[in-house]
Amino acid sequence: MIQLNINGNKFEFPEGKTLLESIESVGHSVPKLCHHKALLPYGACRLCLVEVHEEGRNTSIQASCSYPALNGLSIFTDTDRVKRARKIVAELLLARCPDSENIRRIAFDLGVGEPRIKKKYDDCVYCGLCVRICEERMGRNSVSFSGRGPGKKVEPPFGKQNEMCWTCGACNFICPVGKKVSDLTSMNVQIPIPNLFNLGLDSKPAIHILYPQAVPNTPMIDKEKCIYLNHEACKICETVCEAKAINYEQKEEKLELNVGAIVLSPGFELFDPKIKPELGYGLFPNVITSLEFERILSASGPFSGHVLRPSDRQPPKRIAFLQCVGSRDFERDYCSSVCCMYATKEALIAKEHVGGNLECDIFFMDIRAHGKGFDEYYQRAINNGVNYIRCRVPAVEEIPYTQNLLIKYLTEDDKKVSREYDLVVLSVGIKPPKSVTDIAEKFGIELNEFNFCKTSIFNPTESSRDGIYVAGPFTEPKDIPETVMQASGAASRVLSLLCDVRGSLITAKEYPPEIDVAGQKPRIGVFVCHCGTNIAGVVNVPDVVEYAKKLPDVVFADNSLYTCSNDTQEIIKEKIKEYKLNRVIVASCTPRTHEPLFRNTIREAGLNPYLFEMANIRDQCSWVHMFEPEKATEKSKDLVRMAAAKARLLEPLQKSSIPVTKAALVIGGGLSGMTSSLALANQGFEVHLVEKEKELGGNLRNIKYLLNGEKPQEELERIVQEVKSSNKINLYTQAEIKSLEGSVGNFKTKIAANGNEKEFEHGVVVVATGAKEYKPKEYLYGQDEYVMTHLELEQRLAADDDWLATDKKRPPKTFVIIQCVGSRDKERPYCSRICCSESIKNALKIKELSPKTNVYILYRDIRTYGFRESYYTKARQQGVMFIRYDEDKKPEVSRNGDGLQVEVFDQTLRIPIEILADFVVLAAGVVPSDGNKSVGQFLKVPLTSDGFFLEAHMKLRPIDFATDGVFLCGLAHSAKAIEESIIQAQAAASRAATILSKDFIELEANISQVIDENCDGCAFCIEPCPFKAITLIEFMRNGSIKKTVEVNESACKGCGGCQATCPKKGIIVRGFKLEQIYAQVNAVLGV
Amino acid sequence: MQNDFEPKIIAFCCNWCSYAGADLAGVSRLQYPTNIRVIRVMCSNMVHPSLVIDALTKGIDGVIMCGCHIGDCHYIEGNKSAEKRANAITLMLEDFGIEGERFRLEWISASEAPKFAQVMREVVDIIKKLGPSSYS
Repeated sequence: MIQLNINGNKFEFPEGKTLLESIESVGHSVPKLCHHKALLPYGACRLCLVEVHEEGRNTSIQASCSYPALNGLSIFTDTDRVKRARKIVAELLLARCPDSENIRRIAFDLGVGEPRIKKKYDDCVYCGLCVRICEERMGRNSVSFSGRGPGKKVEPPFGKQNEMCWTCGACNFICPVGKKVSDLTSMNVQIPIPNLFNLGLDSKPAIHILYPQAVPNTPMIDKEKCIYLNHEACKICETVCEAKAINYEQKEEKLELNVGAIVLSPGFELFDPKIKPELGYGLFPNVITSLEFERILSASGPFSGHVLRPSDRQPPKRIAFLQCVGSRDFERDYCSSVCCMYATKEALIAKEHVGGNLECDIFFMDIRAHGKGFDEYYQRAINNGVNYIRCRVPAVEEIPYTQNLLIKYLTEDDKKVSREYDLVVLSVGIKPPKSVTDIAEKFGIELNEFNFCKTSIFNPTESSRDGIYVAGPFTEPKDIPETVMQASGAASRVLSLLCDVRGSLITAKEYPPEIDVAGQKPRIGVFVCHCGTNIAGVVNVPDVVEYAKKLPDVVFADNSLYTCSNDTQEIIKEKIKEYKLNRVIVASCTPRTHEPLFRNTIREAGLNPYLFEMANIRDQCSWVHMFEPEKATEKSKDLVRMAAAKARLLEPLQKSSIPVTKAALVIGGGLSGMTSSLALANQGFEVHLVEKEKELGGNLRNIKYLLNGEKPQEELERIVQEVKSSNKINLYTQAEIKSLEGSVGNFKTKIAANGNEKEFEHGVVVVATGAKEYKPKEYLYGQDEYVMTHLELEQRLAADDDWLATDKKRPPKTFVIIQCVGSRDKERPYCSRICCSESIKNALKIKELSPKTNVYILYRDIRTYGFRESYYTKARQQGVMFIRYDEDKKPEVSRNGDGLQVEVFDQTLRIPIEILADFVVLAAGVVPSDGNKSVGQFLKVPLTSDGFFLEAHMKLRPIDFATDGVFLCGLAHSAKAIEESIIQAQAAASRAATILSKDFIELEANISQVIDENCDGCAFCIEPCPFKAITLIEFMRNGSIKKTVEVNESACKGCGGCQATCPKKGIIVRGFKLEQIYAQVNAVLGV
Repeated sequence: MQNDFEPKIIAFCCNWCSYAGADLAGVSRLQYPTNIRVIRVMCSNMVHPSLVIDALTKGIDGVIMCGCHIGDCHYIEGNKSAEKRANAITLMLEDFGIEGERFRLEWISASEAPKFAQVMREVVDIIKKLGPSSYS
C-alpha cells in the first residue's frame, strides 16, 4: 500500500495506480477529455492537470492520468494554479473546435467564455481516442495519425479506405467532437443494430437492457453483434463495468425439470403485411404496422412519444388505419378480435399527442367492439373526431416526392374518393407462433384448422394431452382480459391436478429474534453508495458521507462501491451490531427496486425491517443532473438530510396476520358458479354454493345446440351431477342471502334456503350471479306470437326437428332475424357480444333443417370475433342474407295478413327493402341479473353503469374486485360465450385459492390507524376511502357517548386518503404519518 | 439578482406511477433542474392540504403533487379524491396570499419519464419567473 495526501486528507491505495485513478476513487472529480477507462493513459489533452508536491522537489503541474501514484505525494486538485492551467488548455481546445457541444461544456465548466485566440473550426482535437481504440481494443490500426505539427491529421493507412476496418463504429462512438471517423476508413456505412423492442425503428448497442421494464433488468450481449464474441477484440464493456459482471463465457444451459403439469402460453405472431405488397409495407417508409405505431406512441419508444412518421420524422397531419390486414380473408378465415379496438385506441392517443387538428380515418368492415365497455369507447372515439369509413382498402399508392400515401376508396353512397395521408397504419392480425408445429410435435398436442392450439368448448384451458394446459392467444386471438382470465383458468386446472403436493417445495426462511428498540434514542447509520460510477461519477460521495456524519442522531456513515452487493450487505449487518444502529439509511437508488433487499438485510441483523429509509441520489441526482456535479452533490446532501429526518421518526411496524377460514361461498349455480365450485372442491376446499332457483344450470339449460353443432345438455347434466355428488360442495337451492359480513379470510353469511335459515363461515366469495335475456318491448314482441326472441326460437327448433318441414298449417318459408335488440342503444349502450354468433347459429340450424327456408339477418356490425368468423362465412355460403341497417333507421315490423311485414333500409345497397316474413326473431341482448344490486351492497362492491359488476381493473384484474377476497366470473361480469364463462369461472377458483391455500393472511404493515384521543367521529374520512375500510362506531364510555371510526385492517391498503382528509390528526398511515412527512418537508428547508 | 434565485420545490410523488416516472427519467438520463425535492407518498390521495400550505408558508417556493392518471390509480380512485383536494388547496392558497402557480397537480405515469422531466423544467421555470415566495 502507498499513502497519498489528496487536498489535505490522507488516503491509502494499492500500488500501481495512476494519480487520476486514486483521486477519482475517493470521490474528487478531475476534468478530462483524452482519457478513457478502457484505454492506456495518453496525456494528450492535459485537462486533468493537478498540482504535485514531492518532498525535496519543486512543486509541479502534472497530467494526473499518466502520472504514477507514488508513496508520499501530496496532490492538490483545486488550487488557483491548477485552475489557471486547465483554463488555458480549455481555451485552446475551444478555439480549435468551437462547434463541439462537448468541448463547449468543458470550457464552460472551467470558466472559459470566448477564446481569445482565433477560432479554427477544426473537426478534430487530436486526442487520439479513435486511433487508440482502434489499435488497443480492436487491433485493427485502420486509423492513425500522420504528419507532424500543423500537418498532423487523422488518416487511414495510405490515406485510403481499407478492408481492415470492420465499420464497428467504436471510433465514432468515442470521438469527443462527434467526427464520423469511420467515413475515412471504410467504404461501408456503419449499419445500426436495430432495437427489436422498438421494431427496428431505432438502434441499440451490442450490449443493452432489452427495455426499461425488462425482467430481469440486466443488460445482455447480442452475440451476433458483439465484437469480442465474433472477433475476440474490444472487451470494453468488461473494463468499464465496475461490478465485474460481464461474462462472455455464458453458454446456453440445458436443464432437466421434473414437473407435474405444463402450461403452454407461447403467445402469437403478427401477420407480416409484406405478403400483401399492394398495401405497400416494406416498400413505402410511411406505411407501418399497428405495433410499430404503438411503439411510436410510447414514451419509451423511438421518438420519445412524439408522433412522427418514419421518412422525415415530421408529425403527420392525416393518418389512415387499415383494418383486417391478415384477418378475415380467404387464407385466414378468422377475426383477430383485437384490431378494431387497438386502432381506435391508437387513433385517440395519436390525437391526444399531436393535438386536435390530426385527422384519423379508420377503414373497416365491421367494428368489433364486443368487449366490456368497448362500444362506449368506440362512441367516445367518434365523438372525439375519429372518422370511421366502411370500406376494405384494396391498395395503397405512394406519391413520390412527398412520400405521402394515396388511398382510393368507395364511400357508402357509392362515390369514388381518393384521399392523401401522411402515414398509413396497417392493423395487422394475429397468427399462431412461428414455432407452432414444432411446439405441437414436442408436446404431443393437436392444432386446429387455423394452426392454433386445439381446445374444446367445455375444456377451454386444456390441450388434447392430459396434464398440458394452455392460455393466451395460442388457443384463439384474444384481448388482454381474456388472456389474463385464461392464464388464471389454466393455473386452476394445475392446482386441481397437483393439489396433493401443494406447498411441498417451499422452505420457510428463519430470522433472528427482533431487537427491541422502544424508548431508544435514534442511532442512525448512513450508507452512501457509489453505484460504480453511476453516482460517484457526478456526486461527490465522500463529501456526502462527511455531511451525513454531522447530521443529528447519525452515529455512523460510510460509502461503498455497490451497497447492494453481497459483501456490503454483510458490512451493513456488522455495522448495525458494532454501532448499535437502530435506524438505517441507504443513499443509493430507488426504493421501488431495492427497499425490499435492504429491509431484509436489516431484518437479518435483528432490526425491524421498517426502521429503514432510502435516499434516491442516483435516479434523482447523478443521472438527472449529470452536468451539474456540485448542485447534484448539494441535492444529495438534502436528500440524505430528508431521509434522516424521517428515519428519526420511524417506528417498528408489524404485519399482523389473520387466520383464513378455508371455505368459499359461490353465489349463483349457473355454469360459471358450478364450474368455479367444482374447481375449488377439486383443489380440496369446502364450498357453499347458493342458487336462487330450484334447478342448477342457469342460462345453459336453454342452450340446446352450439355453433359447432355440439349438444351441451349432456355436458350440463354431467356437471350438475358432479356438483351434487361432491362431498366438498354444500348445495343450497331456492336460497337467498340474508346477510353477509366480514372481510377477506373471514366472512360470515346467513342464508334462507327452502324456508330454513342457515349460517356459515368462509374465507372468500365468488360472485357468479349470471344475467338474463332481454325481454323486448319493440318489434311487436309479446303482441304477435310469430315474433320471438332467439332463445325462444332455439327451444322451438330443438324441441321439434321436423317443425320447419312438417308444419302442415303453415310451413315457415321466411325468417327475419333482427340484431341488437336491447343492445347498443340509448338505454343499454353496451354490445351483448354473443348475439351475432347466436343468430348465425340459429340461421345455420334453420338451413340445416330446411335449406329452402329463407333467412335474413338484419344487423349493424357482425361481431363474429375469433374463430366464430368462419361460421359467418359458412352462413353466407349457405344463402343466409345479411342486410345492414343503421341505428337511426331501425327496421319496422307490422302484421300484414298471414305474414309479418319487415321494412328496412339497406345501408349497403342504399335502398329500402320490404320482406314478408313468417317469423321475426329478435336477437335480444344480455341484461344483468336483478339480484346484482343487493349482492353488490352485501359485499360493498361496485356495479358498472350498465348494472354488471365492476372488476378491479378492466385489463389486468378482470376476475378480482377491488375488495380483497371477492372474485367474479361469468355473465355477472359481462356478456360472454360458454367457453369464456368456464375460463373465468376456473380463473376465479384459482384467484380464490391464492387466499384459501394459506393458513394466515399477512396484512400490510403500512396501513391506517385511528388515534383514539384525536378522533371525534366526524366521519369525514369514510367517504374518501376507496376500499370502504372505515366505519363509524358509537359506544358508551365513562357515561357518555364516544364516537369514533374503526379501520378494517384486512380491507385497508394504506393509500392515506383518510389521513389527508382528517382535520384533527385522528387517523394516520403507519410509516407515512403526517409528522414523518412534515419532517421531510422541514428538512428541505434545512430546519 | 433574479437570475441567481434557486427555488426550493417539493414534488409529492405517488409510489406507483409518478415516483416510477421519476425513476425512469433517471434511467433514461433525462436532465432537469436540481431544484426539485421528491417526497415519496403511497398515493397522491395521501397529501394533506396542511402539508402543502405549511410548506408554502414556511418558505418552500413551489409544491407539485403527482399521481397516476385517472383510471390507473393503484388504489382504484385515490387520485380522484386527490384531484378534489387539490382544487380545495388552490382555493386556500388565495387566502394565504400565495400565487396559484406555486401549486400544481399533474398525472404522470410510470412510463412518462419525458413528461416528468418536462413538467419539472416547466415548474422551475414558472417559479423562477415568480421569484421567491413572499413567506421566505
